[in-house]
Amino acid sequence: MKLDTSGLESFPSLILHGNDVAGEISAPPSFDLPNSNDFDGFLKEAIQMVKPAKGTTTLAFIFKEGVMVAADSRASMGGYISSQSVKKIIEINPYMLGTMAGGAADCQFWHRNLGIKCRLHELANKRRISVTGASKLLANILYSYRGMGLSVGTMIAGWDETGPGLYYVDSEGGRLKGTRFSVGSGSPYAYGVLDSGYKYDMSIEEASELARRAIYHATFRDGASGGVASVYYVGPTGWKKLSGDDVGELHYHYNPVTPSTTVEQEMVDAAAA
Amino acid sequence: MTKQHANWSPYDNNGGSCVAIAGSDYCVIAADTRMSTGYNILTRDYSKISHLAEKCVMASSGFQADVKALQKVLSARHLTYQHQHNKQMSCPAMAQLLSNTLYYKRFFPYYSFNVLGGLDSEGKGCVFTYDAVGSYERVGYSSQGSGSTLIMPFLDNQLKSPSPLLLPAQDAVTPLSEAEAVDLVKTVFASATERDIYTGDKVEIVILNSTGIHREFMELRKD
Repeated sequence: MKLDTSGLESFPSLILHGNDVAGEISAPPSFDLPNSNDFDGFLKEAIQMVKPAKGTTTLAFIFKEGVMVAADSRASMGGYISSQSVKKIIEINPYMLGTMAGGAADCQFWHRNLGIKCRLHELANKRRISVTGASKLLANILYSYRGMGLSVGTMIAGWDETGPGLYYVDSEGGRLKGTRFSVGSGSPYAYGVLDSGYKYDMSIEEASELARRAIYHATFRDGASGGVASVYYVGPTGWKKLSGDDVGELHYHYNPVTPSTTVEQEMVDAAAA
Repeated sequence: MTKQHANWSPYDNNGGSCVAIAGSDYCVIAADTRMSTGYNILTRDYSKISHLAEKCVMASSGFQADVKALQKVLSARHLTYQHQHNKQMSCPAMAQLLSNTLYYKRFFPYYSFNVLGGLDSEGKGCVFTYDAVGSYERVGYSSQGSGSTLIMPFLDNQLKSPSPLLLPAQDAVTPLSEAEAVDLVKTVFASATERDIYTGDKVEIVILNSTGIHREFMELRKD
């Protein structure tokens, strides 16, 4: 079974040493495959063992001033929270961001690979790669691994010569251009808040507040989302991180507890016996 | 007609737990020394810790055959790096190498749950935690292995460091002193041994700081 490993070939093919042992170690990478008759079944079991993190909420939208990108930071393995501080917004280069949903390792690895490819494009063509081009590179790589069990649901957001750009790319090989996306188990909740509050003519502050609120509400209702709500803005000069707030604290920020709030029962110290 | 499935699996789980804690100028990495298969103990004296580079130590639980293979691959790559660059690999560099090494076996994974600990180029403690296929992040502390679900909540309670994603950024390293961190690790393993059948016998504790590397052992329950 010959796999398309062109996505991994970002190293120069000139290796300076003729020594076989060292050459073998530094050779262009290829994927090890198990000698199994039932490759699908083997993969299914391997995936179960690996149990990629799927629960997440990420969103991105285009507005008048540029692109707003936001995500939570929880990684879950089944019912266990394996991390509350995962970076789900990946900085591909100073003017392009990618979001992570699905398998954490898949997203991390392929986004880093995409960053390398974008840099090589810049060096080869003496100009930055467009968001269209970058998303196409990623989509084509993921398509070639279609059916092999990669789990990637990502949005590529950036600013290029044509202005702000936003694409949704997934491991089924899908690639969609759009102005508003949310990906992950918390996306229905995020869409509710995002769609009802969205206006094209928003200021950066309004847009970042909308993004933050949408992530907060998704983390509130979706058990697989939580941690820290990060919000990034992509403008003509590149991306900038606007905020990173713990959603537990955001809850009390949006729902303050005031002393005048009546309580059903008030606890009083028991009288000394 | 249901399909006949293979009764042989290339994987096994040898159990065990690993922990790593990063301090302001030190790093503590620890793992128990019990190696099991099913309900049997294979040995009470197996080291899960590997000293990859001068300031970089890895502890791995899971399938020890895959762990041994992984340790060999990383050592060989480190040796090549030293020949090519005339210096040791830094801990963050080794962290990226480990991630890539794990991902290159994405379709036939190393059944290895790793924590990497060491000192970064500024001399501050750093801990990197991994899943079996290479996703990783830098954290202030972490645990992996059969006892991790018992150990992690306790470390969260004692050490909960602010998330590195918060803005304005806050330092992730623990305010504990080196002696306090080692003591915490001993406590954590003693507790995990009580409730996890795969953790016990001895805990091997490695401490990395500016003076070098230091190793100690503590006895645990053998039942």
